[in-house]
Amino acid sequence: MSTEVPFRILPRVGKRNEHYWHGGRDGELRFQRCADCGYYLHPPTVLCPLCHSKNIVIEAVSGKAEILTFTINYQPWMPGLEVPFVLAVVRCLEQDDLRITTNIVGCDPEEVKIGMPVKVIFEAHEDEEVWIPLFTPDESGRP
Amino acid sequence: MSSPASSESFDLIGERRAVISGAGQSDIGRRLYRDPLELTLDACLAAVSDAGLTTSDIDGLSTYPGGMETPLGFSGAGITEVHDALRLNLNWWTGSMELPSQLGAVINACLAVSAGLAKHVLCFRSVWEGSAQGNEGRSAVMPGGSPGSSYRASGFMEWLLPYSAPSAAMWIAMMANRHFHEYGTTREQLGQIAINARKNAALNPNAIYRDPMTMDDYLNVRMISTPLSLYDCDVPCDGGTAVIVSQIDTVDDLRKPPIQVEALGTALHGRPSWDQFDDLSTMAVRDAGSQMWGRTDLKPQDVQVAEMYDGFSFITMTWLEAMGFCGKGESGPFVEGGSRIARDGELPLNTHGGQLSAGRLHGFGFLHEACVQLWNEGGERQVSGNPEVAVACAGGGPMAGAMLLTQRR
Repeated sequence: MSTEVPFRILPRVGKRNEHYWHGGRDGELRFQRCADCGYYLHPPTVLCPLCHSKNIVIEAVSGKAEILTFTINYQPWMPGLEVPFVLAVVRCLEQDDLRITTNIVGCDPEEVKIGMPVKVIFEAHEDEEVWIPLFTPDESGRP
Repeated sequence: MSSPASSESFDLIGERRAVISGAGQSDIGRRLYRDPLELTLDACLAAVSDAGLTTSDIDGLSTYPGGMETPLGFSGAGITEVHDALRLNLNWWTGSMELPSQLGAVINACLAVSAGLAKHVLCFRSVWEGSAQGNEGRSAVMPGGSPGSSYRASGFMEWLLPYSAPSAAMWIAMMANRHFHEYGTTREQLGQIAINARKNAALNPNAIYRDPMTMDDYLNVRMISTPLSLYDCDVPCDGGTAVIVSQIDTVDDLRKPPIQVEALGTALHGRPSWDQFDDLSTMAVRDAGSQMWGRTDLKPQDVQVAEMYDGFSFITMTWLEAMGFCGKGESGPFVEGGSRIARDGELPLNTHGGQLSAGRLHGFGFLHEACVQLWNEGGERQVSGNPEVAVACAGGGPMAGAMLLTQRR
Protein backbone atom coordinates (compact mmCIF):
# COMPACT_ATOMS: atom_id res chain seq x y z
CA MET A 1 0.00 0.00 0.00
CA SER A 2 1.25 3.49 -0.75
CA THR A 3 2.11 5.64 2.23
CA GLU A 4 -0.16 8.44 1.06
CA VAL A 5 -3.77 7.57 1.95
CA PRO A 6 -6.08 8.25 -1.03
CA PHE A 7 -9.28 10.28 -0.80
CA ARG A 8 -12.30 8.29 0.31
CA ILE A 9 -15.76 9.11 1.52
CA LEU A 10 -15.80 7.50 4.96
CA PRO A 11 -18.74 5.73 6.58
CA ARG A 12 -20.69 6.99 9.56
CA VAL A 13 -19.60 4.53 12.24
CA GLY A 14 -21.91 3.55 15.07
CA LYS A 15 -22.65 0.69 17.41
CA ARG A 16 -24.14 -1.58 14.75
CA ASN A 17 -21.29 -1.36 12.21
CA GLU A 18 -18.14 -0.56 14.21
CA HIS A 19 -16.91 -4.18 14.13
CA TYR A 20 -16.56 -3.94 10.35
CA TRP A 21 -14.88 -0.54 10.13
CA HIS A 22 -12.67 -0.93 13.26
CA GLY A 23 -11.58 -4.56 12.76
CA GLY A 24 -8.63 -3.52 10.62
CA ARG A 25 -6.99 -1.89 13.65
CA ASP A 26 -6.29 -5.46 14.78
CA GLY A 27 -5.88 -6.79 11.25
CA GLU A 28 -9.20 -8.63 11.37
CA LEU A 29 -12.15 -8.76 8.98
CA ARG A 30 -15.14 -9.07 11.29
CA PHE A 31 -18.78 -9.84 10.77
CA GLN A 32 -21.84 -10.42 12.90
CA ARG A 33 -22.65 -14.10 13.36
CA CYS A 34 -25.67 -15.85 14.82
CA ALA A 35 -24.46 -17.71 17.91
CA ASP A 36 -27.39 -20.12 17.65
CA CYS A 37 -27.38 -21.22 14.00
CA GLY A 38 -23.91 -20.06 12.90
CA TYR A 39 -25.08 -17.85 10.00
CA TYR A 40 -22.89 -14.80 9.20
CA LEU A 41 -24.88 -11.58 8.81
CA HIS A 42 -24.02 -8.72 6.49
CA PRO A 43 -24.81 -5.84 6.29
CA PRO A 44 -25.17 -5.68 10.08
CA THR A 45 -28.62 -6.15 11.58
CA VAL A 46 -30.29 -6.85 14.91
CA LEU A 47 -31.48 -10.42 14.52
CA CYS A 48 -30.65 -13.51 12.51
CA PRO A 49 -32.78 -13.49 9.32
CA LEU A 50 -32.81 -17.31 9.29
CA CYS A 51 -33.69 -18.26 12.89
CA HIS A 52 -34.66 -14.81 14.30
CA SER A 53 -32.29 -15.23 17.22
CA LYS A 54 -30.96 -12.04 18.77
CA ASN A 55 -27.98 -13.93 20.11
CA ILE A 56 -25.52 -12.24 17.76
CA VAL A 57 -21.76 -12.20 18.26
CA ILE A 58 -18.89 -10.56 16.37
CA GLU A 59 -16.40 -12.94 14.77
CA ALA A 60 -13.30 -12.57 12.63
CA VAL A 61 -13.13 -14.54 9.38
CA SER A 62 -10.02 -15.67 7.52
CA GLY A 63 -10.10 -12.70 5.15
CA LYS A 64 -9.83 -15.05 2.19
CA ALA A 65 -12.37 -14.54 -0.56
CA GLU A 66 -13.18 -15.09 -4.22
CA ILE A 67 -14.13 -12.45 -6.81
CA LEU A 68 -17.73 -12.97 -7.96
CA THR A 69 -17.72 -10.02 -10.32
CA PHE A 70 -15.95 -6.69 -10.84
CA THR A 71 -15.68 -3.58 -12.97
CA ILE A 72 -12.78 -1.31 -13.89
CA ASN A 73 -14.03 2.21 -13.28
CA TYR A 74 -12.67 5.03 -15.46
CA GLN A 75 -15.13 7.81 -14.60
CA PRO A 76 -13.92 10.46 -12.11
CA TRP A 77 -17.24 10.62 -10.22
CA MET A 78 -15.89 12.84 -7.45
CA PRO A 79 -13.18 15.44 -7.15
CA GLY A 80 -9.99 13.83 -5.85
CA LEU A 81 -10.86 10.36 -7.13
CA GLU A 82 -7.97 8.62 -8.90
CA VAL A 83 -8.92 6.38 -11.84
CA PRO A 84 -8.88 3.70 -13.06
CA PHE A 85 -9.60 1.43 -10.12
CA VAL A 86 -11.34 -1.90 -9.58
CA LEU A 87 -14.68 -2.30 -7.80
CA ALA A 88 -15.64 -5.90 -7.04
CA VAL A 89 -18.11 -8.10 -5.23
CA VAL A 90 -16.23 -10.78 -3.31
CA ARG A 91 -17.50 -13.85 -1.48
CA CYS A 92 -15.83 -14.77 1.79
CA LEU A 93 -14.84 -18.43 1.87
CA GLU A 94 -16.63 -19.02 5.17
CA GLN A 95 -20.16 -18.81 3.72
CA ASP A 96 -21.63 -18.93 0.20
CA ASP A 97 -23.64 -15.73 0.56
CA LEU A 98 -21.25 -13.73 2.76
CA ARG A 99 -20.42 -10.99 0.27
CA ILE A 100 -19.03 -7.51 0.29
CA THR A 101 -18.49 -4.87 -2.33
CA THR A 102 -14.88 -3.70 -2.14
CA ASN A 103 -11.88 -2.54 -4.16
CA ILE A 104 -9.22 -4.86 -5.56
CA VAL A 105 -5.79 -3.27 -5.09
CA GLY A 106 -2.15 -4.26 -5.44
CA CYS A 107 -2.37 -5.47 -9.03
CA ASP A 108 -2.91 -4.21 -12.55
CA PRO A 109 -6.69 -3.77 -13.04
CA GLU A 110 -6.39 -5.73 -16.29
CA GLU A 111 -5.20 -8.78 -14.32
CA VAL A 112 -8.38 -9.02 -12.27
CA LYS A 113 -10.59 -12.01 -13.16
CA ILE A 114 -13.87 -13.46 -11.93
CA GLY A 115 -13.08 -16.43 -9.68
CA MET A 116 -9.71 -15.01 -8.63
CA PRO A 117 -8.69 -15.78 -5.01
CA VAL A 118 -8.13 -12.64 -2.95
CA LYS A 119 -7.30 -11.77 0.64
CA VAL A 120 -8.14 -8.81 2.83
CA ILE A 121 -5.81 -5.91 3.59
CA PHE A 122 -6.72 -2.71 5.39
CA GLU A 123 -6.36 0.93 4.47
CA ALA A 124 -6.00 2.92 7.67
CA HIS A 125 -7.64 6.29 8.15
CA GLU A 126 -6.31 6.55 11.71
CA ASP A 127 -7.41 10.13 12.39
CA GLU A 128 -10.98 9.15 11.59
CA GLU A 129 -10.72 5.72 13.25
CA VAL A 130 -11.78 3.89 10.10
CA TRP A 131 -9.97 0.91 8.57
CA ILE A 132 -11.31 0.14 5.10
CA PRO A 133 -11.21 -3.58 4.21
CA LEU A 134 -9.78 -3.92 0.69
CA PHE A 135 -8.74 -7.05 -1.19
CA THR A 136 -5.60 -8.03 -3.05
CA PRO A 137 -4.70 -11.13 -5.10
CA ASP A 138 -3.98 -14.13 -2.86
CA GLU A 139 -0.92 -15.80 -4.38
CA SER A 140 -1.41 -18.83 -2.16
CA GLY A 141 -4.78 -19.48 -3.81
CA ARG A 142 -7.60 -21.17 -2.00
CA PRO A 143 -6.63 -22.89 1.25
CA MET B 1 -54.54 -12.36 -29.06
CA SER B 2 -55.51 -15.33 -26.89
CA SER B 3 -58.89 -15.60 -25.21
CA PRO B 4 -59.71 -13.44 -22.21
CA ALA B 5 -59.33 -14.92 -18.75
CA SER B 6 -62.32 -16.73 -17.25
CA SER B 7 -64.67 -14.61 -15.16
CA GLU B 8 -63.48 -16.37 -12.04
CA SER B 9 -59.84 -15.42 -12.51
CA PHE B 10 -60.88 -11.95 -13.76
CA ASP B 11 -62.26 -11.26 -10.28
CA LEU B 12 -58.87 -12.05 -8.80
CA ILE B 13 -56.86 -9.88 -11.21
CA GLY B 14 -57.89 -6.58 -9.63
CA GLU B 15 -55.73 -4.39 -11.86
CA ARG B 16 -58.12 -5.07 -14.76
CA ARG B 17 -60.50 -2.55 -13.24
CA ALA B 18 -57.87 0.06 -14.20
CA VAL B 19 -57.34 1.70 -17.60
CA ILE B 20 -54.98 4.36 -18.86
CA SER B 21 -57.07 7.17 -20.25
CA GLY B 22 -54.55 9.87 -21.11
CA ALA B 23 -50.85 10.63 -21.37
CA GLY B 24 -48.84 13.81 -21.75
CA GLN B 25 -45.37 15.29 -21.65
CA SER B 26 -43.84 18.71 -21.15
CA ASP B 27 -41.11 20.12 -23.34
CA ILE B 28 -38.10 17.84 -23.05
CA GLY B 29 -34.51 18.98 -23.39
CA ARG B 30 -30.95 18.34 -22.36
CA ARG B 31 -30.94 21.60 -20.35
CA LEU B 32 -34.04 23.77 -20.41
CA TYR B 33 -33.32 25.96 -17.33
CA ARG B 34 -37.06 26.19 -16.69
CA ASP B 35 -38.87 26.00 -13.36
CA PRO B 36 -39.27 22.26 -12.74
CA LEU B 37 -42.77 22.82 -11.32
CA GLU B 38 -43.76 24.36 -14.66
CA LEU B 39 -42.47 21.30 -16.55
CA THR B 40 -44.37 19.06 -14.13
CA LEU B 41 -47.64 20.94 -14.51
CA ASP B 42 -47.31 21.16 -18.31
CA ALA B 43 -47.13 17.36 -18.39
CA CYS B 44 -50.01 16.96 -15.94
CA LEU B 45 -52.35 19.28 -17.83
CA ALA B 46 -51.44 17.66 -21.15
CA ALA B 47 -52.40 14.24 -19.75
CA VAL B 48 -55.67 15.49 -18.23
CA SER B 49 -56.68 17.08 -21.50
CA ASP B 50 -55.58 14.03 -23.50
CA ALA B 51 -58.03 11.95 -21.46
CA GLY B 52 -60.83 14.42 -22.18
CA LEU B 53 -61.07 15.34 -18.51
CA THR B 54 -60.65 18.53 -16.49
CA THR B 55 -58.75 18.99 -13.24
CA SER B 56 -62.05 18.85 -11.36
CA ASP B 57 -62.40 15.22 -12.50
CA ILE B 58 -59.03 14.28 -10.97
CA ASP B 59 -59.53 12.79 -7.51
CA GLY B 60 -56.25 10.90 -7.11
CA LEU B 61 -52.58 11.90 -7.33
CA SER B 62 -49.53 9.66 -7.41
CA THR B 63 -45.84 10.25 -8.04
CA TYR B 64 -42.31 8.92 -7.78
CA PRO B 65 -40.17 9.81 -5.85
CA GLY B 66 -42.09 12.61 -4.12
CA GLY B 67 -40.55 15.97 -3.27
CA MET B 68 -36.78 15.70 -2.70
CA GLU B 69 -34.07 18.34 -2.37
CA THR B 70 -31.19 15.99 -3.17
CA PRO B 71 -29.81 14.70 -5.44
CA LEU B 72 -30.36 17.97 -7.24
CA GLY B 73 -32.65 17.61 -10.25
CA PHE B 74 -33.96 14.16 -9.28
CA SER B 75 -37.45 15.41 -8.41
CA GLY B 76 -39.23 18.22 -10.24
CA ALA B 77 -42.14 18.42 -7.82
CA GLY B 78 -43.82 16.48 -5.04
CA ILE B 79 -47.46 15.69 -4.36
CA THR B 80 -48.10 18.78 -2.26
CA GLU B 81 -46.91 21.25 -4.90
CA VAL B 82 -48.97 19.72 -7.69
CA HIS B 83 -52.00 19.24 -5.44
CA ASP B 84 -52.00 22.90 -4.49
CA ALA B 85 -51.00 24.29 -7.89
CA LEU B 86 -53.99 22.61 -9.53
CA ARG B 87 -56.32 23.05 -6.50
CA LEU B 88 -57.27 19.37 -6.69
CA ASN B 89 -59.81 17.71 -4.42
CA LEU B 90 -58.22 14.36 -3.68
CA ASN B 91 -59.76 11.14 -2.44
CA TRP B 92 -56.45 9.28 -2.58
CA TRP B 93 -52.79 10.25 -3.00
CA THR B 94 -49.27 8.94 -2.53
CA GLY B 95 -45.70 9.92 -3.34
CA SER B 96 -42.78 7.68 -2.48
CA MET B 97 -39.61 6.14 -3.82
CA GLU B 98 -39.76 2.87 -1.88
CA LEU B 99 -41.70 1.24 -4.70
CA PRO B 100 -41.31 -1.47 -7.34
CA SER B 101 -39.62 1.03 -9.68
CA GLN B 102 -40.66 4.48 -10.83
CA LEU B 103 -43.75 2.91 -12.41
CA GLY B 104 -44.68 1.77 -8.91
CA ALA B 105 -46.43 5.14 -8.68
CA VAL B 106 -48.68 4.15 -11.62
CA ILE B 107 -49.15 0.64 -10.24
CA ASN B 108 -50.31 2.18 -6.93
CA ALA B 109 -52.82 4.23 -8.91
CA CYS B 110 -54.13 1.07 -10.61
CA LEU B 111 -54.69 -0.46 -7.19
CA ALA B 112 -56.40 2.70 -5.90
CA VAL B 113 -58.94 2.84 -8.74
CA SER B 114 -59.45 -0.93 -8.55
CA ALA B 115 -60.22 -0.60 -4.85
CA GLY B 116 -62.61 2.28 -5.53
CA LEU B 117 -60.64 4.88 -3.59
CA ALA B 118 -60.39 7.14 -6.65
CA LYS B 119 -61.83 7.37 -10.17
CA HIS B 120 -59.15 9.31 -12.08
CA VAL B 121 -55.59 9.33 -10.74
CA LEU B 122 -53.07 11.76 -12.17
CA CYS B 123 -49.62 10.09 -12.08
CA PHE B 124 -46.50 12.16 -12.74
CA ARG B 125 -42.72 12.03 -12.78
CA SER B 126 -40.54 15.01 -13.60
CA VAL B 127 -36.79 15.59 -13.63
CA TRP B 128 -34.38 18.47 -14.21
CA GLU B 129 -31.10 16.59 -13.91
CA GLY B 130 -29.77 18.19 -17.10
CA SER B 131 -30.04 21.73 -15.76
CA ALA B 132 -28.97 20.65 -12.28
CA GLN B 133 -25.62 19.37 -13.43
CA GLY B 134 -25.20 22.26 -15.85
CA ASN B 135 -21.82 22.23 -17.54
CA GLU B 136 -20.04 20.74 -14.54
CA GLY B 137 -20.51 17.09 -15.44
CA ARG B 138 -22.04 14.26 -13.52
CA SER B 139 -19.97 14.85 -10.39
CA ALA B 140 -22.01 18.02 -9.74
CA VAL B 141 -25.03 15.95 -8.73
CA MET B 142 -23.42 12.81 -7.30
CA PRO B 143 -23.86 11.99 -3.62
CA GLY B 144 -20.89 12.24 -1.34
CA GLY B 145 -18.15 14.58 -0.44
CA SER B 146 -14.81 15.83 -1.57
CA PRO B 147 -11.43 16.00 0.15
CA GLY B 148 -11.86 17.81 3.46
CA SER B 149 -15.65 17.32 3.57
CA SER B 150 -17.26 16.12 6.80
CA TYR B 151 -19.87 14.09 4.89
CA ARG B 152 -20.19 10.47 6.06
CA ALA B 153 -21.89 7.66 4.14
CA SER B 154 -24.86 5.89 5.72
CA GLY B 155 -27.75 3.63 4.77
CA PHE B 156 -27.05 1.31 1.83
CA MET B 157 -24.49 3.81 0.53
CA GLU B 158 -22.34 3.03 3.59
CA TRP B 159 -21.27 -0.14 1.78
CA LEU B 160 -20.60 1.55 -1.57
CA LEU B 161 -19.35 5.12 -1.15
CA PRO B 162 -16.25 4.20 0.91
CA TYR B 163 -15.30 2.07 -2.11
CA SER B 164 -15.75 5.06 -4.43
CA ALA B 165 -18.86 3.56 -6.00
CA PRO B 166 -21.42 6.38 -5.99
CA SER B 167 -23.04 5.54 -9.32
CA ALA B 168 -25.47 2.82 -10.41
CA ALA B 169 -23.35 2.66 -13.57
CA MET B 170 -20.73 0.80 -11.54
CA TRP B 171 -23.19 -1.51 -9.76
CA ILE B 172 -24.87 -2.42 -13.06
CA ALA B 173 -21.47 -2.80 -14.74
CA MET B 174 -20.61 -5.56 -12.28
CA MET B 175 -23.85 -7.39 -13.13
CA ALA B 176 -23.12 -7.01 -16.84
CA ASN B 177 -19.63 -8.41 -16.34
CA ARG B 178 -21.07 -11.42 -14.50
CA HIS B 179 -23.50 -11.95 -17.42
CA PHE B 180 -20.61 -11.69 -19.91
CA HIS B 181 -18.68 -14.25 -17.82
CA GLU B 182 -21.52 -16.78 -17.46
CA TYR B 183 -23.08 -16.54 -20.91
CA GLY B 184 -20.42 -15.16 -23.23
CA THR B 185 -22.32 -11.93 -23.85
CA THR B 186 -20.28 -9.35 -25.77
CA ARG B 187 -20.01 -5.57 -26.01
CA GLU B 188 -21.10 -5.80 -29.64
CA GLN B 189 -24.33 -7.45 -28.51
CA LEU B 190 -24.88 -4.93 -25.70
CA GLY B 191 -24.25 -2.16 -28.23
CA GLN B 192 -27.35 -3.15 -30.18
CA ILE B 193 -29.51 -1.77 -27.36
CA ALA B 194 -27.86 1.65 -27.68
CA ILE B 195 -27.76 1.65 -31.49
CA ASN B 196 -31.40 0.56 -31.74
CA ALA B 197 -32.42 3.34 -29.34
CA ARG B 198 -30.57 5.92 -31.41
CA LYS B 199 -32.15 4.65 -34.62
CA ASN B 200 -35.63 5.08 -33.12
CA ALA B 201 -34.78 8.47 -31.60
CA ALA B 202 -34.06 9.76 -35.10
CA LEU B 203 -37.82 9.53 -35.76
CA ASN B 204 -38.83 11.10 -32.43
CA PRO B 205 -38.85 14.91 -32.61
CA ASN B 206 -38.71 15.12 -28.78
CA ALA B 207 -35.64 12.91 -28.40
CA ILE B 208 -32.37 14.40 -27.10
CA TYR B 209 -29.82 12.65 -29.34
CA ARG B 210 -30.99 11.91 -32.89
CA ASP B 211 -27.78 11.66 -34.96
CA PRO B 212 -27.01 8.16 -36.25
CA MET B 213 -24.72 5.96 -34.15
CA THR B 214 -22.63 3.20 -35.73
CA MET B 215 -21.11 0.17 -34.03
CA ASP B 216 -17.72 1.85 -34.45
CA ASP B 217 -19.01 4.95 -32.65
CA TYR B 218 -20.31 2.72 -29.89
CA LEU B 219 -17.14 0.67 -29.46
CA ASN B 220 -14.83 3.69 -29.53
CA VAL B 221 -16.55 6.06 -27.12
CA ARG B 222 -14.91 6.51 -23.73
CA MET B 223 -15.32 3.82 -21.10
CA ILE B 224 -17.27 4.67 -17.93
CA SER B 225 -16.98 1.42 -15.97
CA THR B 226 -16.21 -1.80 -17.84
CA PRO B 227 -18.05 -3.10 -19.80
CA LEU B 228 -20.28 0.01 -19.85
CA SER B 229 -19.22 2.95 -21.97
CA LEU B 230 -20.77 6.41 -22.26
CA TYR B 231 -23.35 5.19 -24.77
CA ASP B 232 -24.52 2.47 -22.37
CA CYS B 233 -25.62 5.19 -19.93
CA ASP B 234 -28.80 7.21 -20.31
CA VAL B 235 -28.72 10.96 -20.82
CA PRO B 236 -29.79 13.29 -17.99
CA CYS B 237 -32.43 15.74 -19.16
CA ASP B 238 -35.23 18.08 -18.11
CA GLY B 239 -38.87 17.18 -18.59
CA GLY B 240 -42.05 15.80 -17.15
CA THR B 241 -44.34 12.91 -18.03
CA ALA B 242 -47.86 12.22 -16.76
CA VAL B 243 -50.53 9.59 -17.31
CA ILE B 244 -54.10 9.30 -16.08
CA VAL B 245 -55.18 6.00 -14.55
CA SER B 246 -58.98 5.72 -14.54
CA GLN B 247 -61.51 3.28 -13.20
CA ILE B 248 -62.91 1.05 -15.93
CA ASP B 249 -66.49 2.19 -15.20
CA THR B 250 -65.65 5.72 -16.36
CA VAL B 251 -64.98 4.71 -19.97
CA ASP B 252 -67.97 6.69 -21.28
CA ASP B 253 -66.52 9.95 -19.89
CA LEU B 254 -63.25 9.59 -21.79
CA ARG B 255 -62.10 11.13 -25.05
CA LYS B 256 -60.13 8.15 -26.35
CA PRO B 257 -60.50 4.37 -26.23
CA PRO B 258 -58.73 3.63 -22.98
CA ILE B 259 -55.82 1.25 -22.66
CA GLN B 260 -56.56 -1.78 -20.55
CA VAL B 261 -54.21 -2.71 -17.73
CA GLU B 262 -54.01 -6.45 -18.35
CA ALA B 263 -51.48 -7.52 -15.69
CA LEU B 264 -48.90 -6.06 -13.32
CA GLY B 265 -45.61 -7.35 -11.95
CA THR B 266 -44.13 -6.04 -8.71
CA ALA B 267 -42.34 -8.99 -7.11
CA LEU B 268 -38.93 -8.96 -5.41
CA HIS B 269 -38.05 -12.40 -4.09
CA GLY B 270 -34.35 -11.97 -3.45
CA ARG B 271 -32.54 -9.67 -1.04
CA PRO B 272 -33.41 -6.00 -1.67
CA SER B 273 -29.87 -4.99 -2.53
CA TRP B 274 -27.63 -4.24 -5.51
CA ASP B 275 -24.82 -6.54 -4.37
CA GLN B 276 -26.53 -9.09 -2.10
CA PHE B 277 -29.15 -10.27 -4.64
CA ASP B 278 -28.80 -14.03 -5.13
CA ASP B 279 -28.09 -13.99 -8.89
CA LEU B 280 -25.63 -11.27 -9.90
CA SER B 281 -26.40 -11.72 -13.60
CA THR B 282 -30.01 -10.58 -13.25
CA MET B 283 -32.07 -8.33 -10.99
CA ALA B 284 -35.53 -7.94 -9.46
CA VAL B 285 -36.82 -7.86 -13.06
CA ARG B 286 -36.69 -11.67 -12.91
CA ASP B 287 -39.42 -11.84 -10.27
CA ALA B 288 -41.59 -8.99 -11.57
CA GLY B 289 -41.59 -10.53 -15.06
CA SER B 290 -42.60 -14.02 -14.02
CA GLN B 291 -45.27 -12.68 -11.68
CA MET B 292 -46.79 -10.57 -14.46
CA TRP B 293 -47.10 -13.52 -16.86
CA GLY B 294 -48.76 -15.52 -14.09
CA ARG B 295 -51.64 -13.02 -14.08
CA THR B 296 -52.73 -13.26 -17.72
CA ASP B 297 -53.52 -15.71 -20.49
CA LEU B 298 -51.43 -13.66 -22.89
CA LYS B 299 -47.91 -14.90 -23.71
CA PRO B 300 -44.65 -13.16 -24.52
CA GLN B 301 -45.19 -13.90 -28.23
CA ASP B 302 -48.41 -11.80 -28.12
CA VAL B 303 -46.43 -8.64 -27.31
CA GLN B 304 -46.13 -6.29 -30.30
CA VAL B 305 -44.28 -3.39 -28.67
CA ALA B 306 -41.80 -3.54 -25.77
CA GLU B 307 -40.80 -0.40 -23.91
CA MET B 308 -38.27 -1.58 -21.35
CA TYR B 309 -36.05 0.38 -19.00
CA ASP B 310 -32.62 1.32 -20.31
CA GLY B 311 -31.14 3.58 -17.66
CA PHE B 312 -28.17 1.43 -18.60
CA SER B 313 -28.26 -0.75 -21.73
CA PHE B 314 -27.62 -3.91 -19.73
CA ILE B 315 -30.84 -3.46 -17.75
CA THR B 316 -32.82 -3.88 -20.98
CA MET B 317 -30.96 -7.15 -21.60
CA THR B 318 -32.14 -8.44 -18.23
CA TRP B 319 -35.70 -7.29 -18.99
CA LEU B 320 -35.65 -9.20 -22.31
CA GLU B 321 -34.84 -12.35 -20.35
CA ALA B 322 -37.18 -11.61 -17.44
CA MET B 323 -40.08 -10.98 -19.81
CA GLY B 324 -39.54 -14.33 -21.50
CA PHE B 325 -38.73 -12.84 -24.91
CA CYS B 326 -35.66 -15.09 -24.75
CA GLY B 327 -34.25 -17.58 -22.27
CA LYS B 328 -32.05 -16.76 -19.28
CA GLY B 329 -28.63 -15.76 -20.54
CA GLU B 330 -29.80 -15.57 -24.16
CA SER B 331 -30.32 -11.82 -24.51
CA GLY B 332 -26.95 -11.42 -26.27
CA PRO B 333 -27.77 -13.72 -29.20
CA PHE B 334 -31.36 -12.37 -29.16
CA VAL B 335 -30.27 -8.81 -29.94
CA GLU B 336 -27.33 -9.81 -32.16
CA GLY B 337 -27.39 -7.84 -35.40
CA GLY B 338 -30.26 -5.70 -34.13
CA SER B 339 -32.94 -6.74 -36.63
CA ARG B 340 -35.14 -8.61 -34.13
CA ILE B 341 -35.54 -5.55 -31.85
CA ALA B 342 -35.82 -2.98 -34.66
CA ARG B 343 -39.01 -0.99 -35.16
CA ASP B 344 -39.96 -3.31 -38.02
CA GLY B 345 -38.64 -6.44 -36.30
CA GLU B 346 -40.43 -9.17 -34.37
CA LEU B 347 -40.15 -7.25 -31.07
CA PRO B 348 -40.00 -3.47 -31.62
CA LEU B 349 -38.03 -2.21 -28.61
CA ASN B 350 -37.88 1.27 -27.09
CA THR B 351 -39.49 2.86 -30.12
CA HIS B 352 -39.05 6.43 -28.81
CA GLY B 353 -35.30 6.06 -28.32
CA GLY B 354 -35.34 4.96 -24.69
CA GLN B 355 -33.60 6.92 -21.97
CA LEU B 356 -30.34 6.27 -23.81
CA SER B 357 -31.25 8.64 -26.64
CA ALA B 358 -34.61 10.24 -25.85
CA GLY B 359 -33.61 11.30 -22.32
CA ARG B 360 -33.77 10.05 -18.77
CA LEU B 361 -37.42 10.75 -18.02
CA HIS B 362 -36.99 8.02 -15.46
CA GLY B 363 -39.37 5.15 -16.08
CA PHE B 364 -42.45 7.09 -17.09
CA GLY B 365 -41.14 7.65 -20.64
CA PHE B 366 -41.55 3.94 -21.39
CA LEU B 367 -45.17 3.89 -20.29
CA HIS B 368 -45.88 7.08 -22.25
CA GLU B 369 -44.42 5.53 -25.39
CA ALA B 370 -46.34 2.26 -24.93
CA CYS B 371 -49.55 4.32 -24.77
CA VAL B 372 -48.57 6.40 -27.82
CA GLN B 373 -48.00 3.19 -29.80
CA LEU B 374 -51.26 1.55 -28.65
CA TRP B 375 -53.16 4.73 -29.60
CA ASN B 376 -51.45 4.74 -33.00
CA GLU B 377 -50.09 8.23 -32.32
CA GLY B 378 -46.43 7.48 -33.03
CA GLY B 379 -46.24 9.45 -36.26
CA GLU B 380 -43.10 8.57 -38.19
CA ARG B 381 -42.04 6.07 -35.53
CA GLN B 382 -45.41 4.32 -35.27
CA VAL B 383 -45.08 0.54 -35.34
CA SER B 384 -47.16 -0.78 -38.22
CA GLY B 385 -50.07 -3.18 -37.91
CA ASN B 386 -52.08 -1.41 -35.19
CA PRO B 387 -50.35 -2.95 -32.18
CA GLU B 388 -52.76 -4.20 -29.53
CA VAL B 389 -50.41 -5.55 -26.83
CA ALA B 390 -47.49 -3.72 -25.24
CA VAL B 391 -45.30 -4.03 -22.19
CA ALA B 392 -43.89 -1.11 -20.26
CA CYS B 393 -41.35 -1.86 -17.56
CA ALA B 394 -39.11 0.19 -15.37
CA GLY B 395 -36.43 -0.27 -12.79
CA GLY B 396 -33.11 -1.97 -12.29
CA GLY B 397 -31.28 -3.56 -9.39
CA PRO B 398 -33.66 -4.27 -6.51
CA MET B 399 -36.55 -2.33 -8.07
CA ALA B 400 -38.74 -3.60 -10.89
CA GLY B 401 -42.26 -2.87 -12.05
CA ALA B 402 -43.92 -4.32 -15.15
CA MET B 403 -47.19 -3.47 -16.89
CA LEU B 404 -48.89 -5.46 -19.63
CA LEU B 405 -51.23 -3.23 -21.61
CA THR B 406 -53.82 -3.98 -24.29
CA GLN B 407 -55.85 -1.96 -26.73
CA ARG B 408 -58.73 -3.97 -28.12
CA ARG B 409 -60.28 -2.21 -31.07
